[in-house]
Amino acid sequence: MSTLPSTTDTAPPGAATPGTGPGAPPAPDDPASLKVVPARHYARWAAAVAVIVLAAQFVHGLATNPVWEWGVFSDYVLSETIVQAVWVTLQLTAYATVLGFLLGTVLAFMRLSRSPVLQTVAWTYIWIFRSIPMIVQLVFWFNLSALYEELGFGIPFGPVFWSVDSNSIIGTMGAAIIGLMLHQAAYAAEIVRGGVIAVDHGQLEAAAALGIPRLRQIRRIVLPQAMRAILPTAGNEIIGLLKGTSVVYVMSIGELFYQVQVIYGRNGRVIPLLLVATAWYVVLTSLLSVAQYYVERRYARGANRTPPPTPLQRARRFVRTLRAAAAQRNRPVIPLKTPGPLGDSR
Amino acid sequence: MSDVTVAVKDATPTVGDVMVDVHGVHKSFGPLEVLRGVDLQVRAGEVTVILGPSGSGKSTLLRTINHLEKVNRGWISIDGELIGYRRSGSKLHELKEKDVLKQRTHIGFVFQNFNLFPHLTVLENLIEAPVSALRRPRRAAEETARRLLDRVGLADKADAYPRQLSGGQQQRVAIARALALEPKVLLFDEPTSALDPELVGEVLDVIKDLARTGTTMIVVTHEIGFAREVADTVVFMDGGVVVEQGPPAAVLDNPQHERTRAFLSKVL
Repeated sequence: MSTLPSTTDTAPPGAATPGTGPGAPPAPDDPASLKVVPARHYARWAAAVAVIVLAAQFVHGLATNPVWEWGVFSDYVLSETIVQAVWVTLQLTAYATVLGFLLGTVLAFMRLSRSPVLQTVAWTYIWIFRSIPMIVQLVFWFNLSALYEELGFGIPFGPVFWSVDSNSIIGTMGAAIIGLMLHQAAYAAEIVRGGVIAVDHGQLEAAAALGIPRLRQIRRIVLPQAMRAILPTAGNEIIGLLKGTSVVYVMSIGELFYQVQVIYGRNGRVIPLLLVATAWYVVLTSLLSVAQYYVERRYARGANRTPPPTPLQRARRFVRTLRAAAAQRNRPVIPLKTPGPLGDSR
Repeated sequence: MSDVTVAVKDATPTVGDVMVDVHGVHKSFGPLEVLRGVDLQVRAGEVTVILGPSGSGKSTLLRTINHLEKVNRGWISIDGELIGYRRSGSKLHELKEKDVLKQRTHIGFVFQNFNLFPHLTVLENLIEAPVSALRRPRRAAEETARRLLDRVGLADKADAYPRQLSGGQQQRVAIARALALEPKVLLFDEPTSALDPELVGEVLDVIKDLARTGTTMIVVTHEIGFAREVADTVVFMDGGVVVEQGPPAAVLDNPQHERTRAFLSKVL
């Protein structure tokens, strides 16, 4: 850079040291002695310092601001009520995910089918359920018995053979799961459809040319490949759903957010209890993200020539290299400790 | 279009019997008429090579033979069995997909782009159809698969994934996969067109080896040398019809039609 002298244009051959001038060609006889000076990013360093200061201020505030009431937080975060509420949240998420994606997959293949009736029905379903806010839909299901007092089996538009009171078979929890599932299915349908149409058409042709039965083509050839495109978006959806279960508090179901509200309604410690809910949502989301990483990896089989190592494998490899390096450093000591034929033969 | 179903099913065809019978086949994609009345007979144990400029309908013809494309007019039979239809009286009833799939297990198809299943290992690619379509026991299917891999020179690649193989190796796997169903006829749709020049030979060698063992094959290709060496019959197509056909010596060295001469002068 500009700190270098720019006068020595004619260095004597052999005597040239690296970087004797900006215009000076490097000495041809000794390229190994040239030193590389990395570029200096002053703006980048300044930005990094500013961000670190801001982050430190925030962490400092978390630790010192008495409003957070960390004592209250630690009293409640593992309390039985909260752990039970987390369990309810997990149940809601699991049921809505599994049922929602099952129904969504059916809807996706209806939209992809050659029957215009099935296509239209699936399209209409997705249109309707994506149009209704989840909270509105949940309240609808909560009031199901007002809509349909009895549910029964019989001939459509004809006599009913068997019926029950709708509230008795679909409790509040059931209504919540149905609501979440129906909402989720509409989104899942589009995610699955997106994955399926991303699979190369040649794959279906090859499967058809081999005479592989239709259902098997979908299960064994199309879906596993579609999963590559489905998983990242599905991961988003499931995490969204996990947090979306907090909406269910409108139905007075004892999930995480509802319980937290009940408790702070009683004792008035709003901030630390919101912190309890936040901590749990972050932990659950992190677990889902880790799960997503490994599921994605499994479906990437065959996609890369050599699959990249997992973080765990990378960590183990790092530890191994550290140990190897340490052993390397210690090795010269060994022959000294045990002088003898072994040491001599080295 | 008479006397379609001469039921000789299950009778082992001897060399010389008509294995593939294409009769007056027309096929249009919208307003574009790709096949305008194609007639073609392929005898059991023979190799037929179809040549022609691009857009002449040769790939479409091949795809109608295993019913990947439905014909608009005419019919195709393999070993006496009508493909894609069932005849009763003067009517042709379209077969259900399930029955078409069953018919396809008798017709091996090798694609230009291999179309191996990338998420399955080579061995899994080979046993998928025998196990799911023919209901073969898995163990037996694996044995057959390993034998076939050995035959195409890839015995050591059974557990590799397709993307870990070269193009030539992938196409050899695709050929083994088609053979795993023990088809009555093998169809090749430009099997070497997607390959680097130095990989073409290894694939053609496998096909030549199959020809020597009496496999009935129809090969769409641009490899004139291969046609001359291996084909029993060379078919030249242009504009959706068969312009001329005959032994390679006749068609390639002494073509009767102006269009054949024009095409050969460009590619030879």
